[in-house]
Amino acid sequence: MPEMTYAEAIRAALREEMARDERVFLFGEDIGRYGGAFGVTFGLLDEFGPERVRETPISEAAIVGAATGAALAGMRPVAEMMFMDFILLGMEQLVNQAAKARFMFGGKATVPMVIRMPGGSGSGAAAQHSQSLESLLIHIPGIKVVNPSTPYDVKGLLISAIRDPNPVCFVEHKLLYKTKGQVPEEEYTIPIGLADVKRDGFDITVVAGNVMVPRVLKVAKKLAQEGIEVEVVDPRTLRPLDVETIASSVRKTGRLLVVHEACQTGGWAGEVMASIASTPAFDYLDAPMRRLAGADVPIPYNRNLERAAVPQEEDIEREIRAIIANEY
Amino acid sequence: MRTMSEKVEKQNIQTQLERLNLNADQLIEMYATMCSIRRFEQMADRLYASGKVHGTMHLSAGQEAVAVGAARAMRPNDYLLNHHRGHGHFIAKGADVKRMMAEFLGKDTGYCRGRGGSMHIADVESNNLGANGIVGGGISLAVGVGLAVQMQRKPEIVLSIFGDGAVNEGIFHESLNMAALWDLPVLFLCENNQYAMSMPITRATAKLPIAEKAGAYGMPGYHVDGNDVLQVYEVISQAAEHVRQGDGPVLVEAVTYRYFGHSKSDRNLYRSEDEIDEWKKNDPIIRFRQNLIEGQILDVQQAEKIDLEAQELIDEAVAYAEASPEPEIDTLTEYVYA
Repeated sequence: MPEMTYAEAIRAALREEMARDERVFLFGEDIGRYGGAFGVTFGLLDEFGPERVRETPISEAAIVGAATGAALAGMRPVAEMMFMDFILLGMEQLVNQAAKARFMFGGKATVPMVIRMPGGSGSGAAAQHSQSLESLLIHIPGIKVVNPSTPYDVKGLLISAIRDPNPVCFVEHKLLYKTKGQVPEEEYTIPIGLADVKRDGFDITVVAGNVMVPRVLKVAKKLAQEGIEVEVVDPRTLRPLDVETIASSVRKTGRLLVVHEACQTGGWAGEVMASIASTPAFDYLDAPMRRLAGADVPIPYNRNLERAAVPQEEDIEREIRAIIANEY
Repeated sequence: MRTMSEKVEKQNIQTQLERLNLNADQLIEMYATMCSIRRFEQMADRLYASGKVHGTMHLSAGQEAVAVGAARAMRPNDYLLNHHRGHGHFIAKGADVKRMMAEFLGKDTGYCRGRGGSMHIADVESNNLGANGIVGGGISLAVGVGLAVQMQRKPEIVLSIFGDGAVNEGIFHESLNMAALWDLPVLFLCENNQYAMSMPITRATAKLPIAEKAGAYGMPGYHVDGNDVLQVYEVISQAAEHVRQGDGPVLVEAVTYRYFGHSKSDRNLYRSEDEIDEWKKNDPIIRFRQNLIEGQILDVQQAEKIDLEAQELIDEAVAYAEASPEPEIDTLTEYVYA
């Protein structure tokens, strides 16, 4: 299997779907010659031309609104928010319009739209370019929220998102764009709403999303040398959430830690824990469920402060050890 | 910005017919549709007063000339996205008043199976993509529909109707800029009824008329008397022709007035009875009817009969809606996802 980066895998998915379906088009700021702020769409302008790699003015509200309208009228737009933070400018269009059109109109409309949005900290971009807002998005009925962690997942899930008849918020992570992984040459898709067990283990289940997955896997590898076997579950999709896969892992390990970069209060870890607490898997827990999330602060600029604001490997390791030792 | 000459209406109606390429039957149909809208709105108000309506509503009585003049200048397959005061636009586009009334009463036979109510009526199959509860909410969607139509090389154009309040929302400006940049087939129609809820336009909008804002985006702007149905028809026809030829979007401002309050919480504390009465002298239906009678297209008895028939149509719609079933509770979560 060829190896490619997370960014290349996204580009490959876009290229394949644009070639397969002429209704698919890209829509966003600086996505043409520039290739997008992170270079994800680089080269697609030459391949598909300016009509289908449609560069917009800096008008996020109109980008989301026009993508919604185009989807309502039979197109399959893939809009890009240059940074996830900018979706806040389009929240009216996303939440009041795109998410509700089908329901309000009695099931007669569909909004097959994808909004790609790179989130997360670690690049020194500070408070308005580093947020992890996925927890905000999962609260809204009518939209799906995907946040893949590997090149393989990002490609398969993006293709599914483009083919999905609903608005999908596709959350990428800036720090993952250059990470590499194996991606098959042949076409494949990954169903939205299906978690993936990234590592088998029997001592503790750690549920983690996007950039936290490689961090947790690194810690798991280290702990395995001491005989602590961590099972790592990547939900891949936050709405709908694959509670069954998480619950079945918890039944096996009896312990649960949820790790995400998003701020703790109102974060999706709470949703995972509430889901487990209200299923029979709860009876299998040998220790209290714990969550390790971003601090409830805006992301700071200073390198050390920025690092301290979100879970790092040492935090994850400490938390796993505490749960296993029953010391928290 | 272009303003239609006030002399237009004073022309003999026969001269207007010739100029607008309309026949007498078409004028009579326009009059009948205006009557239906007025009767629908009056009935809606009565139903609310009798406690049969669950939610609120925004009535457009007084604004019928805009709805009908615009709709008749468009083609049947053209797209429509409008605002919360939208009953008239739907009726003019040919919506079934039975299913509208059923939606209004929250019934399963309504256009949206009771999920939308007055503020979200849509009929996707006839390219009516819905009213909107957010001021300015439909404008950027209309731009997207225009983009889709342009990319699909389809002959349809998009009519985006919003109120005077919407032009002070940021999305209005983002949307007009985007549509103008790409010459999208969107006709922006500002239905200026002079109040955004209780806020008079003169206290809310720094620079009037609204039609002049078209210049900021390099598109033509028209300012019309929104209580003159033939003037609205003429201007929207010209604008639609421009848009349909691929020459880009147009902004039309139609000045009109609503008789009822903003919604059902409105006690009309911000405007005088005198002002309302003054506008009622300029009533679009009475004006048009007078013209038709003076032009010998209708006589008084015929005009009254048409209005009575409109009332019967609305009465039938109420009977249909009242007899219709409520949505089943176990369908609550349907239609959230496709």
